[in-house]
Amino acid sequence: MVSQVPSPALTPVVLVLGDEELLVARAVTDTAARARVVDPAVELREMDADTLLVGELAEALSPSLFGGRRVVVLRRGQDAKKDVAAMLLDYVKAPDPEVTLVVAHAGGAKGKAIADGLAKAGAEVVPAAKITKHRERVDFVTSEVRRLGGRCQADAAEALIEAVGHDLRELAAACAQLIADTDGRVDAATVARYYRGKAEVSGFAVADAAVAGDLPAALEALRWALHSGVDPVPIADALADGVRTVARVASAGRGNAFQLASSLGMPAWKIEKAQRQARGWTPEGLVKAMRAAADCNAAVKGGEEDRGYALERTIAAFARARAGGSR
Amino acid sequence: MNDVFAQLVGQPEAVATLRAASRAAAAVLRGEAVGAGAMTHAWLFTGPPGSGRSVAARAFAAALQCTEVRKGPFLSDSVVEGSPLNDEAGPGCGVCTGCHTALAGTHPDVRFVVPDGLSIPVAQMRDLVLRSATTPANGRWQVLLIEDADRLTEAAGNALLKAVEEPPDRTIFLLCAPSDHPDDISVTIRSRCRVVPLRQPGAEAVSTLLVERDGVDPATAAWVAAAAQGHVGRARRLAGDREARDRRAAVLAVPRQLTGVGACFDAAAALIEAAEAEAAASVAATDAAERAALETALGAGGTGKGSAGAARGIAGQLKDLEKRQKSRATRAQRDALDRALLDLAGFYRDVLNARWGGAVAPVHADTAPLAEAAAQRWTAESTLRRLEAVLTCRTAIDANVKPRIAVEAMMLELWQG
Ligand SMILES: [Zn+2]
Repeated sequence: MVSQVPSPALTPVVLVLGDEELLVARAVTDTAARARVVDPAVELREMDADTLLVGELAEALSPSLFGGRRVVVLRRGQDAKKDVAAMLLDYVKAPDPEVTLVVAHAGGAKGKAIADGLAKAGAEVVPAAKITKHRERVDFVTSEVRRLGGRCQADAAEALIEAVGHDLRELAAACAQLIADTDGRVDAATVARYYRGKAEVSGFAVADAAVAGDLPAALEALRWALHSGVDPVPIADALADGVRTVARVASAGRGNAFQLASSLGMPAWKIEKAQRQARGWTPEGLVKAMRAAADCNAAVKGGEEDRGYALERTIAAFARARAGGSR
Repeated sequence: MNDVFAQLVGQPEAVATLRAASRAAAAVLRGEAVGAGAMTHAWLFTGPPGSGRSVAARAFAAALQCTEVRKGPFLSDSVVEGSPLNDEAGPGCGVCTGCHTALAGTHPDVRFVVPDGLSIPVAQMRDLVLRSATTPANGRWQVLLIEDADRLTEAAGNALLKAVEEPPDRTIFLLCAPSDHPDDISVTIRSRCRVVPLRQPGAEAVSTLLVERDGVDPATAAWVAAAAQGHVGRARRLAGDREARDRRAAVLAVPRQLTGVGACFDAAAALIEAAEAEAAASVAATDAAERAALETALGAGGTGKGSAGAARGIAGQLKDLEKRQKSRATRAQRDALDRALLDLAGFYRDVLNARWGGAVAPVHADTAPLAEAAAQRWTAESTLRRLEAVLTCRTAIDANVKPRIAVEAMMLELWQG
């Protein structure tokens, strides 16, 4: 036997609150794993609350004739019918010690009384709400790396989110990959090295140098990106994004990056970077640069044969537009 | 008056051509001899958006399927060439089953090709060409009507060309395109077609149509006809759809909002979002209906032997459907954006017109005072540059430039002048 003493973390009723698929799935797996520590032969039963009959629930929650532990996972708890909900709220007052009941609840207004009732009666609440704020996403990445036994700073998390996107499953997979391939210390340089092949990162490197007015660096980054097989279209998109970011940040005034973050809908580090890049740009220069970016987009989308040259010309146009305004 | 050609606003030449051809077609069906060139198997309807290309093609298709026997020069010897009946009479009553079903799109021998997405794929074209060669169910004509022939892919165009070059006896091809320029229709297809050029109807003609046929009050009809710039469908929507009017008002508020670089990006984002929302609303119902129909046809949720294999096939078909729907959504977005850009171009045209002393009536009567105020402040050159920026943006989006980028560049130029 692994353990005779019930794991202190194993509670009889767990309420998983929220509709972020990855977090819900994790909470269920974690609970099942904890139960398995107590009884390796634990029986797992899953059912949907919306079609569940009260008799079926009663059967699932009653002690087994042959003994043994059981985990009952009730999905879509918010859709439970009245009688099922009533039984749940009644059961939670005196739960069976041999049963672990997991109720997944979307967390919205629907069936709110069930969630509230379970929490009030002492169910363990595992939050699983969708992540919508950038700050929370960064926290997710750093804690994910920590969970996997590594360490990760906020700037590395920011870079990873920029390269991978917002999908939590993909972010979690990327964290696992990074941990597996490094010694566990994940910093921004590691992320950049690892995702170098990603078009977005290469395109952004070209755009960063181009809007900062560093013509040689921008041209070199461009040649390198094209050489490594990056498609010209995302590079052209990144160039336009570079001008857009500088223009929006510059016209937002001289505020604190963290205060501007919500009104501009951009992460603070991106704002700080753009504030540095914005020096030297005038409104007139930005108008010219945006026109060049739009023409570039047309050229790389098939209007022109030499797409690499179209990108070079755009980078040069950025440099002229910036210089023309810096007098 | 139920005559199918009555729907064609301000197009007397086109109507005369189509009436004559319908009469010739009816004569052919009766086994009478008609002069060479009196009836043609391939037609190309050209004209700017809103001029009624597809309306003309549909009306002609109806006339070809019209079963109402009416007195016409080919029917009666007593009718003298050149008599009034020559122009007025002929097939296309608009009420018989043939006319009615052809106009409604349910006639078994009239096939419509309306591209859902940005182009008409070759597979679809091959299939249609094949079916167009079959004997007409009603013993009259097989009509294949291609609404946006300029969206044929090269391969699809070649498939069509083969059929147009050697048309089956009873098959008639009706193609619609913005113009007969090689950019819109291949030279070889063009050379096989008789071209029916349609004009952009004047605001007056559109306004009269709205009053007479749709019962719109004359004052509303006048301003929506001007604002729609010759586009009948657009005018009708503005007259009857409050949301369309609100969207137009939001677009016309843009010039006032451009107070700085940041405002330009905000205005661009708002314009794109509005176009996306409009497009999403316009395709939502069709998307859901198509998906439900496919799921029913495939028996979704079926169990039993072989259902795993079937499920893979189902997944593939659903994926195809999603791809088609995505392509259609993209097109709807571009169309919505293009309408907004046309409204905007109309405003700068009004400013230019005001600078030149208001020689013609403004496009947008409701923003005329604003246009006059702008004319006081802007030079003619800077106004022209602004108008140019809007037209450049339309061309760019048409050439596949990311709409957001094209619109942002335009907004900045509209601000700077
Ligand atoms: Zn008829």
